[in-house]
Amino acid sequence: MGLTMKRRSFIRTTAAASAAVTAAPAIWSEAKAQARNETLLLVTESPPNSMDIQGVGTNRPAYEVSWNTYDRLITYGAKKDANGNDHYDYTKLEPELATDWNVTPTSATFKLRKDAKFHDGTPITAKDVKWSFDRAVSVGGFPTFQMAAGSLEKKEQFVVVDDNTFRVDFLRADKLTMPDIGVPVPVIMNSELCKKNATATDPWAMEWLKNNLAAGGAYKIERWQPGQEVVFARNDDWKNGPMPKVRRVIQRIIPSAGNRRALLERGDADISFDLPSKDFAELKTSPKLTVIGTPIENAMMYLGMNVNQKPFDNVKVRQAVAWAVPYQQIMDSVMFGQAIPLFGGADNKFKGVYWPQKDGYKTDIAKAKALMAEAGYPNGFETTLSFDLGLASTNEPLTILVQESLAQIGIKSTINKIPGANWRGELLKKNMPMITNAFGGWLNYPEYFFFWCYHGQNAVFNTMGYKNPTIDALIDKARFTTGPEYEAAVKGFIDIAFEEVPRVPIFQPLLNVAMQKNVTGYRYWFHRQLDYRQLVKS
Amino acid sequence: MLNLLLSRLATAIPSIVGVVIVTFILTRMLPGDPAAYFAGLAASPQAIAEIRTKLGLDKPLPEQFVAYIGDLLHGNLGNSLSTGQPVVTEIATRLPASAELTLFALILAVAIAIPLGVLAAVKQGTWIDHTCRIVTTAGVSLPVFFTGLLFAYVFYYLLQWAPAPTGRLDVFLSAPTHITGFYLIDSALTGNLEAFWGALSQLALPAISMAIFSLAPLARMTRGSMLAVLGSDFIRTARASGLSPRTVVFTYAFRNAVLPVITTLGMVFSFLLGANVLIETVFAWPGIGLYAVNALITSDYAPVQGFVLTMAVLYVVLNLTIDFLYGLVDPRVRLDS
Amino acid sequence: MLPLLRHARYVLSENPVTGIAFGLFALFLFAAILGPVLAPYNPMQSNAAMALKPPSVAHWFGTDQLGRDIFSRVLVATRLDLTIAFASVILAFFLGALSGVAAGYFGGWTDRIVGRLADTIMAFPLFVLAMGIVAALGNEVINIVIATAIINFPLYARVARAEANVRRDAGFVEAARLSGNGETRVLLGHVLPNIMPIMMVQMSLTMGYAILNAAGLSFIGLGVRPPAAEWGIMVAEGANFIQSGEWWIALFPGATLMLAVFCFNLLGDGLRDIIDPRMRT
Repeated sequence: MGLTMKRRSFIRTTAAASAAVTAAPAIWSEAKAQARNETLLLVTESPPNSMDIQGVGTNRPAYEVSWNTYDRLITYGAKKDANGNDHYDYTKLEPELATDWNVTPTSATFKLRKDAKFHDGTPITAKDVKWSFDRAVSVGGFPTFQMAAGSLEKKEQFVVVDDNTFRVDFLRADKLTMPDIGVPVPVIMNSELCKKNATATDPWAMEWLKNNLAAGGAYKIERWQPGQEVVFARNDDWKNGPMPKVRRVIQRIIPSAGNRRALLERGDADISFDLPSKDFAELKTSPKLTVIGTPIENAMMYLGMNVNQKPFDNVKVRQAVAWAVPYQQIMDSVMFGQAIPLFGGADNKFKGVYWPQKDGYKTDIAKAKALMAEAGYPNGFETTLSFDLGLASTNEPLTILVQESLAQIGIKSTINKIPGANWRGELLKKNMPMITNAFGGWLNYPEYFFFWCYHGQNAVFNTMGYKNPTIDALIDKARFTTGPEYEAAVKGFIDIAFEEVPRVPIFQPLLNVAMQKNVTGYRYWFHRQLDYRQLVKS
Repeated sequence: MLNLLLSRLATAIPSIVGVVIVTFILTRMLPGDPAAYFAGLAASPQAIAEIRTKLGLDKPLPEQFVAYIGDLLHGNLGNSLSTGQPVVTEIATRLPASAELTLFALILAVAIAIPLGVLAAVKQGTWIDHTCRIVTTAGVSLPVFFTGLLFAYVFYYLLQWAPAPTGRLDVFLSAPTHITGFYLIDSALTGNLEAFWGALSQLALPAISMAIFSLAPLARMTRGSMLAVLGSDFIRTARASGLSPRTVVFTYAFRNAVLPVITTLGMVFSFLLGANVLIETVFAWPGIGLYAVNALITSDYAPVQGFVLTMAVLYVVLNLTIDFLYGLVDPRVRLDS
Repeated sequence: MLPLLRHARYVLSENPVTGIAFGLFALFLFAAILGPVLAPYNPMQSNAAMALKPPSVAHWFGTDQLGRDIFSRVLVATRLDLTIAFASVILAFFLGALSGVAAGYFGGWTDRIVGRLADTIMAFPLFVLAMGIVAALGNEVINIVIATAIINFPLYARVARAEANVRRDAGFVEAARLSGNGETRVLLGHVLPNIMPIMMVQMSLTMGYAILNAAGLSFIGLGVRPPAAEWGIMVAEGANFIQSGEWWIALFPGATLMLAVFCFNLLGDGLRDIIDPRMRT
């Protein structure tokens, strides 16, 4: 890279000289310069499609809108990660709207902040909380599913004790119930405002909330141009946490990754997540920018095989594939080192109660060939390898390398790019023979990941259609136990997963973010969206 | 004249109907299940089925088509899945952005191509003629997205002459008061110099990329038509009667040569509207082209249908305008009708 | 034939640019036929150690993200790109010329139906129509060919219709009819061959457009499957690397693509000059 840098800095020096001549009209007015200093400019790839996280079809960028404009009852504390950067702490629950709470084996009682108000000035009371929780478990789809993951399933569980006291009754002892109350889904909505905009056919005001806030959170929405930009302004009356430092945040949609990088490098944009790994790897050495890469908890990039189809129903074939993946080449040429290897461990066994972890596979073509012969496919076979076109910048080079490597053991694969919307449909059908995909769970527990991805309930994330009663029993056991019993269960299902390899773990991705040097206070969140509230721009 | 326009309009209507039908069929053939997309990843099959019913996707195609036509007649183009907004309002807010860019590019192209064409015709067969031909042909040979990327890299990143490719206006400038929706015109009308300059500098790169692409047909047509006129009897007469070459070329020949160029203009405009799709992706231009590409890639029916329909109507209106212009410039057309 | 050759020589001497275009065309044909043999490296083979290397003596056009030799890939891609362009142009010619000739010759309902069809297609934003067709049918080479042919159809149909219309009552057609040939026979045996030269010009001009169209489709992700080498996909892949200084990944395929389109456009112009002196502009 040394050469490139030199060449570029040369060009930049000459460019600076010519810029001086043309007197770049970047800043014309005082007002504009002022606005620039108090505003954080965030550039992203895709736009939010709703303001309502409980809405139908709400996309990931919309989670960020919801997270910064709404409050939840409780939130998570923070810790420093290994590199000294802020990292949310899933072991520590902290106050947001609730100042205090009391958990018994059968219920949790929350005391609400007395002076908290919605954006329109209405005080926030327990009936708003109940209405919001009722809504989350009633509207169906993703929010209801997420609530159920913490055994929050029925309206009757949510009780208004008095204006400032709210109680959740437990259906069963589930260690995910309290953490689940801190995820982005159960936001507190202004129930009176919502009811005013509800209709007989739409009692939960789904239509209205899509384009309107009924929130009391740290930021208000000043302007919303769908598909182009969202402008957030700080809510100066916010009481549910420390007052955010940044007055305005502009989220601009810039579809081209190259342009996003250029904007950051030129100092025009303040912060961005959405860049290819290679750009992050290079920007890390840039003196002008801060790049923070945090391993995404409970996430992995994997190669999945459909265990219900020949020849991947044969465990030997799956193992052969696991021995044939060109792991290190993927790390180097595709990820540019911006990921954590999940291969090449000392053995193919459980290594502790954490997930994801290294398995024992590494690239060993001879071994793979032997397994293919044992499986009865000495001459290989033909198959297709599919990926989501929307994530082509990683998946395309990755699948090309995998294809090349598999060819060495006789497996001829055709690469199939599936356009974004169709990807979900195809995953649901579960008839793609081989895919590359990534999955990450919000709640950082191994059994949470396994519940979605390996359990015989066959959720859509169990992309391999894997069913094994033994692993199901172990996962279910881990969900509702603690101590040595829990550990034994986790060991059990991890060992099976490595041995049977319906999915071949490749790497744990990093959540990278690049920002200007004067931007500080970035915190990693499990939902992988930017929290504006802790950011500082000096 | 009016009769002519009316008869043209009458022939245009079947095309529009054809466009509506073809688009409907094509979008229904797109892979992907909007219901599955809507329902989210964790959805159960029942949830997906419910949403399918809600969206009317469980009905047979003819029935869906009738419903679609019904909505269309009420001016309802449906909602976009990816932005969650009604397609009509989104197209209405985005159309000026695309129109401003395309028109600006067209004006730019005309301003360059016509003099080039005239020059090439007057200097026919010389190196000037050949250079003109090579330059314009090279322009039309460049993939427009490639030109755009290259320009963004050279003029923004390396040379810093152009502003950041972030859309129609610098992030920290506010849009001028809405009058026409064209930022250049609006800011000029309200005397907002800062916004005018901002909008102009943002327009420059995408417009130039597109203009380069459309030089060739305009220059070629101008040249051809000029040559034909220059070789005609009345020019020979004008020359013989001692008029200066300048007067002959500009006053007599050019005026008569401009007609076929106007016809080409229509073709070039619709050509440019197509190129828009790619250029808007490169420059984050918030126009309808970018909107359509995103929608198509995510199998988002409604915006695709809305976009195609808008473009078809625009195309028809454009051709009518050209017929009208043609009539104004050439009195013979008026007599014919 | 002899006068035509003499005329060709005259045009070439008059217009040296056409000569260059013919030369380029020969070069591209050569690359398309012999590309895979001439390529110095295996265009599909990755080489992690050689990833993202700038142009050098060993790798004239540098290497890409996976260490594949860009020169070899550009060379080998010629065949695929030209095949897509040729196939789509020929398909468009068959659809367009036949229906256009029939429309011009028979008039009446045939004319009206073909005219409507062409008008409808023209009223579409053409690139978006191509995108829609490929998205709906799946991104296979054959579908890219079909999409490109469909959007070129109106151009052929219109030209063919106009030409056939003029010749409908020409003496030689009348003669063929009087000597007892059926209408179809007259159409295919006498009218069609007569408009071939003009259709050739049209084909050459739309070749360039076909290549650009395929490249545009690749750019937005609707192109041929990886790891096949194709100019448009290579430019699209390279686009992500321009900002970080690896300009060669996009530049060389882009320049080749441009040169090919440039060559076909000049060729079309030149052919028009040779074949139809009346149309000379």
